[in-house]
Amino acid sequence: MKPGGRITAIAAVLLLVCLAISAVAVHHLDRIRSQTEWDEVLYVPSPKVVKRLSLGYDGLLADVYWTRVVQYFGTKHHEGARDYQLLAPLLQITTVLDPQLTVAYEFGANFLAPQPPYGAGMAQQAIELVEYGIRNNPNDWKLYYNLGFIYYTELKDYGEAADAFARGARVPDAHPSLRVMAAEMAQHAGELQMAQMMWTTAYQSSKDPNVRANAIAHLRALQVDEDVTNLEKLISVYHQKAGQLPSNFFDLQAAGLLRALPLDPLGQPYKLTADGQVEVRDPDDFPFITKGLPSGYVAPPPRFRPSDLGSS
Amino acid sequence: MAAIEILGLEKTYSVGFWRKRPKHALRPLNLSVEDGEIFGFLGPNGAGKTTTLKLLMGLTFPTSGSARILGMEISHPLVKSQIGFLPEQPYFYDYLTARELLEYYAQLSGVAATERSRKVQEMLARVGLNDAAGTQLRKFSKGMLQRVGIAQAILHDPKVLFLDEPMSGLDPIGRREVRDLMEELKQQGKTVFFSTHILSDAESLCDRVAIIHQGELRGVGAVEDLTSSVEGNVEIVWHGNSIPAALTALTTECHPVGDTVRAVVREANQDAAIDAVRKEGLRIISVTPVRTSLEEYFVRKVQVSQTAAGVLS
Amino acid sequence: MSNRIACIAFNTFREAVRDRVLYNLIAFALLMSAAAILVGQISIGIERLVVVNLGLSAVSLFGVVIAIFIGISLVSKEIEKRTLYTVLARPVRRWEFIVGKFLGLAGTLVVNTFFMAIGVFAALLYVTHGFQAADGWIGIALYFIILQFLMMTAIALLFSSFSSPLLSAVFTFSLFIIGSFAQDLRGFGAMAAGLSRWLATGAAYLLPNLSSLNLISSVAHQQAVSTQLILTNTCYALVYTAMAVCGSVLIFERRNLK
Repeated sequence: MKPGGRITAIAAVLLLVCLAISAVAVHHLDRIRSQTEWDEVLYVPSPKVVKRLSLGYDGLLADVYWTRVVQYFGTKHHEGARDYQLLAPLLQITTVLDPQLTVAYEFGANFLAPQPPYGAGMAQQAIELVEYGIRNNPNDWKLYYNLGFIYYTELKDYGEAADAFARGARVPDAHPSLRVMAAEMAQHAGELQMAQMMWTTAYQSSKDPNVRANAIAHLRALQVDEDVTNLEKLISVYHQKAGQLPSNFFDLQAAGLLRALPLDPLGQPYKLTADGQVEVRDPDDFPFITKGLPSGYVAPPPRFRPSDLGSS
Repeated sequence: MAAIEILGLEKTYSVGFWRKRPKHALRPLNLSVEDGEIFGFLGPNGAGKTTTLKLLMGLTFPTSGSARILGMEISHPLVKSQIGFLPEQPYFYDYLTARELLEYYAQLSGVAATERSRKVQEMLARVGLNDAAGTQLRKFSKGMLQRVGIAQAILHDPKVLFLDEPMSGLDPIGRREVRDLMEELKQQGKTVFFSTHILSDAESLCDRVAIIHQGELRGVGAVEDLTSSVEGNVEIVWHGNSIPAALTALTTECHPVGDTVRAVVREANQDAAIDAVRKEGLRIISVTPVRTSLEEYFVRKVQVSQTAAGVLS
Repeated sequence: MSNRIACIAFNTFREAVRDRVLYNLIAFALLMSAAAILVGQISIGIERLVVVNLGLSAVSLFGVVIAIFIGISLVSKEIEKRTLYTVLARPVRRWEFIVGKFLGLAGTLVVNTFFMAIGVFAALLYVTHGFQAADGWIGIALYFIILQFLMMTAIALLFSSFSSPLLSAVFTFSLFIIGSFAQDLRGFGAMAAGLSRWLATGAAYLLPNLSSLNLISSVAHQQAVSTQLILTNTCYALVYTAMAVCGSVLIFERRNLK
């Protein structure tokens, strides 16, 4: 005699049905709760209280909060949001719980400081965050780099940037570019090469896919700006020589000013407008560019290209 | 109709962590118990008595075989309302009082709400626990717990009773009471199946017994038939304290008692023994047949290593 | 059938009471009283916040501890002590036994929570000198906490039907902790790739999703709760509980009792 076959069958079927329903319900709950969950961060009385309440498991809790930081940013970015209000409190809690979580400071430098819609627009808070990180990790060159990075890119305070890089260069095993940037900041701050070095270092020194994608986008933007500037110089030379604007780039080629058709960093040819302006074919592909934009163009909220995010 | 029919019930466990060895707790058992009889299930500790009872109660599941009680398969839901069970060394919810426990069981057995308190009261009186009815079971002695156990087994008026070592832990008065109760139940036409390793109880109470050892059935039948199937002995008592040489070969039991000598010989050797004693000129006082006890039968059966023939009478 | 289940449920409740489980209410009452009296002196302006946060967290924690401690021995104790033999020898189906035990413990927790709720509201009244409309949401948060208890009880019961009390306690408690971070586990799953993504996502759906039932901070800040959330949470908790109970039934039905 085996135990009751009928009750076994009923229980098994019921179990599977319940499993399916519960999975659906969880999905549903995710959607309902998604916004409110983030707001709950603001209910945390203070990071210090959280640390005390974590009963010694602050490292683990920091990792949990870090996961939330990345998730928050990723969700917002994917939705094309224009603000990241909760980034600051999330990062604050994470770093109070674990002051040695250096990726948090890097994230803050890259996404807390820039103006919306590229970041939370809290440059001063970002600086405080990174200084806090430096106090707790004085031998990590990356943090000095992050500090200088904020001063350079957002505050345009080249003096402070140079200072930060100089401090960082003194740390053992510092990236060689720090010394170079510290030295050259005074004279070449506004130049293309400085900016390229800055973003290249950002790309090389980070393992975070968001930070790297952001760096690549900036490097492309720098390239486009440079390309457009150069092309427009050539156009004015042509104008002077030929007395009229070129109708397309072949004219410039024929005049010996260009060797080949100019392509943007993504391989698309540039456009030459009737009034002699150079534009990128697809401006949405290039967040951060300041030149080559069609008139009246309104940039959408920035998004990273999936191929950029995949590179690590 | 047979009250209980056991048809090839078998239980095997695998023991051991890496290489599993089978342990045969019960080899295929075939047994039947008639309506209205008191049936004793005998065997030493670890023989498989409790295993059999647990299989019959549906507490464990057999490796093979089946059983029927009152004509119904034991897995049938209606069976349970007709049977009562007293497990070995029962434990009950010790935070309940005796009355609360019996009322709980009564409700689970489907006794109607109107009848419940009356029946419980009746049972408490019957097992002599009236005074202790309101005391929590954690304060009960072993004997009192046994009485509660019996009460819960009979309170819903079952037709068949299964008792595992019902006399264990009881003083002689308690055991007498249980024996009387079992007789009473038989008078009422109920069937009682009980297991024990105390043979004297079985001898006086049972209509039939079965002997089980190491998971195997060694013998079944009415008590007299079993004991008489074993060869009888004869006791010879004579005056004096010398033992004839010829006698020592015929007996294992021979010792002086006061100014007499007592020897036990097999019935077959009776004449030879008497001749040997008389040859020495010793005066024979008495020659008495000795009835084999169930114990002897038991011991003999247990020592035999072959499977029993399963004699049914 | 339902008679027997109710009988077993009531007996389980009676056992919990006689095991002096409800004495935890005294500890709780002391805690709430101390909090109510001290909070006024320690932090001005956030008395309500502290009382609600502390009160509801204590209800949740006390209850989960009870659910685990009693739940893990619901079945194993009966097998260990062999009190189950005389019960199963009666016309009680094994599944009725499981369901009865579950309802008994669930009932105990509901009663316990009810008294604790009175304590929380009393403390709240003391510090704020009057109820506001938003306090009604506290009742909803308490309801969600009860739903959490149902799920944890069912899980503890599930482990009890096949595992020893110590292991059951460890597993159940672990599930409680992980379940409270279920949201983050799903987030982690979304970030991972390949096998870890599958494992994390699968686990996140199988584990009890307690984070969505935890509304303590939001009601402390007087946030409303949407009807949709209430309905979905109710459906989820009941379905998950039923799932765990079915699991217990399946295991227990074929268990050989020692």
